[in-house]
Amino acid sequence: MTRRPPPAKKVWTWRSRALRGLVYQLIAVLAVGLGVWWLASNTMHNMQVRGIQSGFDFLGRPAGFDIGESLYEFDSGQPYWRAFLIGLTNTLRVALIGIVLSTLLGTLLGVGRFSRNALVRGLCYAYVEFVRNVPVLLQLLMWYVFFAEVLPTAADAWTFGPLFLSKGGLSFPIPIWEAGHLWGVSGLLAGAVLAFAYRRWSFRTFEATGQPRSLFWVPLAVFVLVGVLGWAAGGAPAHFNSPVKGEFSIEQGGSLTPEFLAVVLGLSIYTAAFIAEVVRAGIQSVVRGQGEAAAALGLSPGQSMRLVRLPQALRVIIPPLTNQYLNLTKNSSLAVAIGYPEVVSIATTSLNQTGRAVECISIVMLVYLTTSLTTSFFMNWYNRRAAIKER
Amino acid sequence: MPEPILRFDKVNMWFGNDFHVLRDIDFEVAHGERIVICGPSGSGKSTLLRCINRLEEHQQGRLFVDGVELTDDVKVIDDVRKKVGMVFQQFNLFPHLTVLENLTLSPMWVGKLPKKEAEARALAQLERVRIAEQAGKYPLQLSGGQQQRVAIARALCLTPKIMLFDEPTSALDPEMIKEVLDVMVELARQGMTMLCVTHEMGFAKAVADQVIFMDEGQIVEQNNPAEFFNHPQSERGKDFLSKILGH
Amino acid sequence: MTATTFDPIAARPAPAKTSGAAEWIRANLFGDWTTGLMTLLVGGALLYAVTHVLSWAVFRAAWLPDHNACRVEGVGACWGVVAEKYRFILFGRYPFEEQWRALAATLLMLCLLVASCTRAFWRPWLVVLWAVVLGIFFALMYGNVMGLPKVETDRWGGLPLTILLASLSITLAFPIAVGVALGRRSNLPAIRAVCTVYVELIRGVPLISVLFMASFMFPLFMPEGFSIDVLIRVLAGITLFAAAYLAEVIRGGLQAIPKGQLEAAATLGLSYWQTQKKIVLPQALAMVVPSIMNNFIGLFKDTSLVTIVSLYELTGALSLAINSDANWRPFKLEGYLFIALIYFAFCFSMSRYSLWVEKQVNKGQAR
Repeated sequence: MTRRPPPAKKVWTWRSRALRGLVYQLIAVLAVGLGVWWLASNTMHNMQVRGIQSGFDFLGRPAGFDIGESLYEFDSGQPYWRAFLIGLTNTLRVALIGIVLSTLLGTLLGVGRFSRNALVRGLCYAYVEFVRNVPVLLQLLMWYVFFAEVLPTAADAWTFGPLFLSKGGLSFPIPIWEAGHLWGVSGLLAGAVLAFAYRRWSFRTFEATGQPRSLFWVPLAVFVLVGVLGWAAGGAPAHFNSPVKGEFSIEQGGSLTPEFLAVVLGLSIYTAAFIAEVVRAGIQSVVRGQGEAAAALGLSPGQSMRLVRLPQALRVIIPPLTNQYLNLTKNSSLAVAIGYPEVVSIATTSLNQTGRAVECISIVMLVYLTTSLTTSFFMNWYNRRAAIKER
Repeated sequence: MPEPILRFDKVNMWFGNDFHVLRDIDFEVAHGERIVICGPSGSGKSTLLRCINRLEEHQQGRLFVDGVELTDDVKVIDDVRKKVGMVFQQFNLFPHLTVLENLTLSPMWVGKLPKKEAEARALAQLERVRIAEQAGKYPLQLSGGQQQRVAIARALCLTPKIMLFDEPTSALDPEMIKEVLDVMVELARQGMTMLCVTHEMGFAKAVADQVIFMDEGQIVEQNNPAEFFNHPQSERGKDFLSKILGH
Repeated sequence: MTATTFDPIAARPAPAKTSGAAEWIRANLFGDWTTGLMTLLVGGALLYAVTHVLSWAVFRAAWLPDHNACRVEGVGACWGVVAEKYRFILFGRYPFEEQWRALAATLLMLCLLVASCTRAFWRPWLVVLWAVVLGIFFALMYGNVMGLPKVETDRWGGLPLTILLASLSITLAFPIAVGVALGRRSNLPAIRAVCTVYVELIRGVPLISVLFMASFMFPLFMPEGFSIDVLIRVLAGITLFAAAYLAEVIRGGLQAIPKGQLEAAATLGLSYWQTQKKIVLPQALAMVVPSIMNNFIGLFKDTSLVTIVSLYELTGALSLAINSDANWRPFKLEGYLFIALIYFAFCFSMSRYSLWVEKQVNKGQAR
């Protein structure tokens, strides 16, 4: 019969470790509390003396400023909270696209460091060293100068097929929505379902018979093929709204502003250098013995990478990679320096107009804190799940 | 009968809520006695040792070291630690300090000895473990056996009344075990009170006054070595001995 | 059975040649047909890019401080902007005829930084040296002593400001970071919680929001009628920011100390603070020196953000220098490249040094 431990009995003498610990903690909490109270009371007093209004009521009032670019309509008559919302969507838009681009580029660069080709190795190394040793703000400013000043005016825009690049930004064709597209979308959905079903089936036959089947290329082909079939069934609609060179600007089509391009490109290129290092360290961390063990078991180099080395490298890569994603998101706040209307830029404009420094800065901090804490929450969950079980 | 230097009185300890590591531990050690504790891994023998200088806290029962009951009292803990020297399986020498600095650290900062005296004492102890010529080196420059002897000397610099050994030879290459055991045997001859967790049965036979056999947190058997090795009383003891002496 | 004797066999060279330039090129550039093809493609692209960049940056560049020469058709980079504005870029709005002081102060700080990176100087008196040099730095920059005219901090700028912000904030952040790192490893839950909240709070927000706080909210935090210089406020903001990151680095070092070290210290009777001071911190800090260096590099780059709250360090001084002069405004890119080179020179040499230290540390471990 195992017994349960007795309830902890503490000796509360002056020399007991328990009491001392409690006293230290009380002192610490009191000191922090007093500090916060002092700052808060100073702030209250100062605001009263200087006649600064406080409160978040201003969020409901009309903003009175325009925003250069937004995902949906905004005019100066709309309230501040909508302006902040647009800032938030602009931040997230830059962050998401930046994360995708920097991951692609960073992975290529990181893997490139292991190339058998010395030229590729050297190039990847040079990229990383050059890019990460120059401040990201400076890089953003440089890209902005490039996009907004070095590039030719719309009249002499650089043309790459249907794309136009000029001081006005990048213009590109966008497909015009037609009823036939619905067929294409349904085709893609059906393709996805079929591809998934095939994957499951081939996995099962592999487990049952040991007969390996393609788990990637065939499902991909199924997905694309069925999608294209659906699109063809819908009459293969292919009308584009293409940009046209006007006299003063590029008209029609979709476009990206120079601010957006500078921010996305600058952040992606900067972060890619760090991601390259993360990937490199991850691949290096898998001890050589693991590859040797896989080879000794008769796995092919591809199988050894897919089944043994990559899963272990990913475990090392993913935590610092998430950190880089968070860094990119936080660095997107630098877009304020080149006038891209993300959340910090909206906050500073609001701050200058309303004078509510505490509120505006709090909103910014809250936005970033929420993002960071949610991400680290998921990261911790993932790490617990992925951790190698040890005794 | 004189006061025993160490007395366990129905000591119980748990890790967390479910793991009952020490169950009703009850024994005494007299001055100058040499005790060898053995048992399968996970039987609680290291934990028992670590309770003696409060590296682990027992939750129930009483534990007296040199007549003083071990409690949460800071002063008591400090005093007990000065009386108890400990040697670890992994040596736990401080790699950033030289051998000599490892030895003088406690005498200087805890015992408040002047540097000269602390160094004289350290050199004397190094002499005792026959390694004085290595005083200026860093621990990682020494072999495992030498490191463990330094660790013993470091514990001796406290001028302890009891020495605890927690599997002192388990991390050593076979050819180094003897040099450490020789030092321990010599220490035993000089009359040091020793508690030693070890699987070195030769050592147990040679120096131990008593062998304590533990399993599942309990003391299963306590006997003199000749009796224990030749006629173990319990099934578990027989089983254990057959496993470690089987080859 | 006869006894086997041990006959040593002398080492012989390998049959095929595995070293030498030709062999290296064959193995690394034309190993098989894919590698060879890659070499040709990448090499071609590289050649194309390098010739164009060189032609723009060197062969067709205008070097003289004459903005009309830069506007001639076909001229490449206009380095004249650097030749014309370098003093403004390097020293910001610091009074022109007093700029020797800023230069002297910068050189002094650089010497101090180099000294701090040299093992021979890792002695307790390095702290004193820092205090003395910082004192001289402020005396030189601020003046108002020994007949030097006073220069208010709002006129400080350029490289001295960059170096001051980076080195002073990491120095001040260091003790805070050690305390917070120890706090996060404490077994007292309240202290652990306070330190964790601090670190996570700071690391969760971008530096720029901390700088905005320093510039807009600090004045409100202080008692009425008590005003602090904006430079000090920004310095405090960067310090608090850097401390959180540094604390995590140091915590990593603390975590790497085996538990046995703490137990050994406990059995020797050392107190908590003695254990930390004598056993834990010396080992943990030595282990994280490279990471601290990387942190410093990051901080050095991050100082460029103070331009957003109107302190004119290197990046800010450049914008100020060029935006204020319509003649040179079209050549901002060249100016940016110039300061990018300065940042690169600093950061790259520091990161090389930190790699070297890392190798030393690893060697020490494997000893």
